[in-house]
Amino acid sequence: MSGFPHRHLLGIEPLEPAEIQLILDTAETLREVLDRPIKKVPTLRGKTVINLFYENSTRTRSSFEVAERVLSADSLSIATATSSAQKGETLLDTAKNLEAMNPDMIILRHAASGAPHFLARHCRPSIVNAGDGAHEHPTQALLDALTLRQKKGRIKGLRVAIVGDILHSRVARSNLWLLTKMGADVVLCAPPTLIPPGIEAMAPVTYSIDEAVEGADAIMMLRIQRERMAGGFFPSTREFHIRFGLTEARVKRAKKDVVILHPGPMNRGVEIASEVADGPYSVILDQVTNGVAVRMAVLYLLLGGGSGEAAA
Amino acid sequence: MSNRLLLKGGRVVDPSQGIDDDLDVLLEDGRVTEVVARAKPRGAEIVDVSGRIVCPGFIDIHVHLREPGREDKETIVTGTRAAAAGGFTAVCAMPNTDPVNDRAEVTRAILERAREGAAVRVYPIGAISRGSKGEELAEYGDLREAGCVAVSDDGRPVASARMMRRALEYARAFDLTVIDHCEEPSLAEGASMNESAVSTILGLRGNPPAGEAIMVERDVLLAELTRGKVHIAHISAAASVDAVRRGKARGVRVTAEATPHHLLLIDELVRTSSYDTSTKMNPPLRGEADRRGVLEGLRDGTIDCIATDHAPHSVDDKKVEFDHAAFGIVGLETAVSLCLDRLVAAGVVDLTRAVALLSTNPARLLALPGGTLAPGSPADVTVLDLGRRVKVTPEKFESKGRNTPFGGWILKGGPSMTIVGGRVAWSA
Amino acid sequence: MKGSTSAPAGYRERHELMDAARLSRALSRMAHEITERHPDPTATVLVGVETRGVPLARRLARLVKEASGSAPRVGSLDITLYRDDLTAIGPNPVMKGTDIPLSIDGRVVVLVDDVLYTGRTIRAALGELLDFGRPSRIELAVVVDRGHRELPIHADYVGKSVTTTRDETVQVLLKEQDGEDRVVVYEKVRAKAPSASAKRPR
Repeated sequence: MSGFPHRHLLGIEPLEPAEIQLILDTAETLREVLDRPIKKVPTLRGKTVINLFYENSTRTRSSFEVAERVLSADSLSIATATSSAQKGETLLDTAKNLEAMNPDMIILRHAASGAPHFLARHCRPSIVNAGDGAHEHPTQALLDALTLRQKKGRIKGLRVAIVGDILHSRVARSNLWLLTKMGADVVLCAPPTLIPPGIEAMAPVTYSIDEAVEGADAIMMLRIQRERMAGGFFPSTREFHIRFGLTEARVKRAKKDVVILHPGPMNRGVEIASEVADGPYSVILDQVTNGVAVRMAVLYLLLGGGSGEAAA
Repeated sequence: MSNRLLLKGGRVVDPSQGIDDDLDVLLEDGRVTEVVARAKPRGAEIVDVSGRIVCPGFIDIHVHLREPGREDKETIVTGTRAAAAGGFTAVCAMPNTDPVNDRAEVTRAILERAREGAAVRVYPIGAISRGSKGEELAEYGDLREAGCVAVSDDGRPVASARMMRRALEYARAFDLTVIDHCEEPSLAEGASMNESAVSTILGLRGNPPAGEAIMVERDVLLAELTRGKVHIAHISAAASVDAVRRGKARGVRVTAEATPHHLLLIDELVRTSSYDTSTKMNPPLRGEADRRGVLEGLRDGTIDCIATDHAPHSVDDKKVEFDHAAFGIVGLETAVSLCLDRLVAAGVVDLTRAVALLSTNPARLLALPGGTLAPGSPADVTVLDLGRRVKVTPEKFESKGRNTPFGGWILKGGPSMTIVGGRVAWSA
Repeated sequence: MKGSTSAPAGYRERHELMDAARLSRALSRMAHEITERHPDPTATVLVGVETRGVPLARRLARLVKEASGSAPRVGSLDITLYRDDLTAIGPNPVMKGTDIPLSIDGRVVVLVDDVLYTGRTIRAALGELLDFGRPSRIELAVVVDRGHRELPIHADYVGKSVTTTRDETVQVLLKEQDGEDRVVVYEKVRAKAPSASAKRPR
């Protein structure tokens, strides 16, 4: 019996290529629902999903909310600004209190790597990782992959450059695992201070963005956080932009039909020049629709199958 | 309760006297009277230890008893019971309590508490600096007089080289060893595990082995400069072991300890355990190359003793996200079995060396009474059963702390009796 | 791609209900019935229910064209997201997707499926179809009606009605999918009563 053999989605790294393929194919099929006159199907009727977001994120959270509503699930969002976390309640206590409401799934975004694993160990509902520390952001990588597949027809054999603050980026990690598992050639580019230890064993690393984007099918630009400057990772945003920024000239080194992905929001003039951000290579709107489709697929595969008892 | 015990029929292993033979041990009035073959009972209570190994009592020189201040995690009573159940006859208590043991009255309070209810001997370690803040020297004279056997700011490194120098110099006046927790603070900042491909995959900030080695090199050079005595706590990196080795070769008065977990586990465990906080401690579990470096140091004598760094924590402090969990694991009740099964039986060191690492050397290092069964020495004896099957069951620990990565391990060999001052403190 | 399709797991063939010729005649007749009732094919849409309903809908469309001169449009409906008994089916049945290529408002929709049994599949199809628009009429065409309805659903065009037991299953095999045209009734293979020797503990 085919299906998604996991109760949780904690990351890309534990998944088999066939499982990733299943999520992408399911997302592709579900995308059609978003084009219907009535954008709603009753599939997850009666299921409760709680979005527990400890980090601010309108983009990811609303994407999950739309996905939940299209599938007719009951959706509840908890943003920490108004929640009891401010009063010092631990993650575990918050989750246990929520668990008493009998949710089928908790979608967690948290600043501590491993927080979703922690919840999965101590709570009953299915857990979906919406971003944990610097560890993983699986649905982001899945929607990036879906976008790439739509634009290029395949993932295998694509040359993809991931550029920017790789050290602190969960998006970079999730994308690295996914693209590598699906057979793409990934090259990483960042100043040496922003390259995580040991990653050379997983993908080639270069400090030259010109070299990284040469002949690339897709370029993924990671967001630079200004706090990194204060942490002494690089001397100035000016130097960063000159040495590692994606300028119009650099984009021309890539393939003519290069696709530029950015997990957003962008720092114009730092990691990406404005002309490039607004240019024709950007696929940001596709990423938004695909985001909802991918999240619908994840919800469906984790919750839609029910308990899997034998047919009546 | 007899004040005369005859341990009959066992095999005595006492590296301090070069003994490894089938001998009986007679204990009277809290002292070892004689170690001879086929001793006559002379009215002593006979304890049959045939098939067992009889050793000078084991001493763990790195233990956190948490009292005063964090009795929710452990008390002197529960911690020493754990020690006895683990085969230890004495423990050295680190000063990072609340209040910090940086003055004589705290030392006296600890000893008073120990007198009231401790199951084994407690030797307090005083702080290097007031409040362990690393700024002003604590009163070593008073601390020594009150009963401290060494000084340490363990839990924290001595960040300032000048402070470490002063501590080493001043400690000489009182023949105190300075025990350092070696960690370069700016490199370790925010880190929750070792820095390696594993920390990258897990998205956790890592603390590189070089951070420890930098401070070990520094301490060796400062000990050389000051002619003081430095002891490196919980050594975890191959480069650190190398620094100690070179220092010893030059005649520097440096010694080192290693924990069972640094000898047996690596950082990959954080990943395979899915961020289990019982794999989080400081210094962290390192990579395989570093582990092998520490094992080599154990074998060639660079590392003088095994100490557990027993660090009990309450469930609340550990049952949280990995980043927020407290550092540390308990160790008193697993150390001896781990050593017997994974070091001795595995052929890493022989039994005599293991006993030296657990008893002879700790005593010698800090000039503690014990570590020997020479007639006249304290009647502290650890009896081992090499065939005993031990399943590590944290729920049954004497310690209040249950935080161990060894839960469920099945080990062959363990303590079978712990005798302190001629009295049986624990038996299997 | 000719060849005998093997029976579903745990079942064996009981008898053949229709061979290729009989199936062809039944579909022809159904196409004529549809044309009779709805003389204007442009106002009609044949929507096949995945999986086998889709090639059947296409065949019916061709036959309607032969009978009337013009073909009705064909769509496909994947009811996976609308099942009310998802748990009974098992985890994540493979989805094919839905394609309704034109507006169904005001049109006649003929749902096409291979076998009508409990009626739950058609109930789900109705739910999904109505989310796409407001047809003037919805009718149902099936190759086999095997009875045992659990909901008040009926077929307007039927290839063949047959009485079956719950231990049986009916399969409509089609050239497009299975390499041959046949309609077969299978029965569950009864497990032998366990012998005394089988009960001995290992």
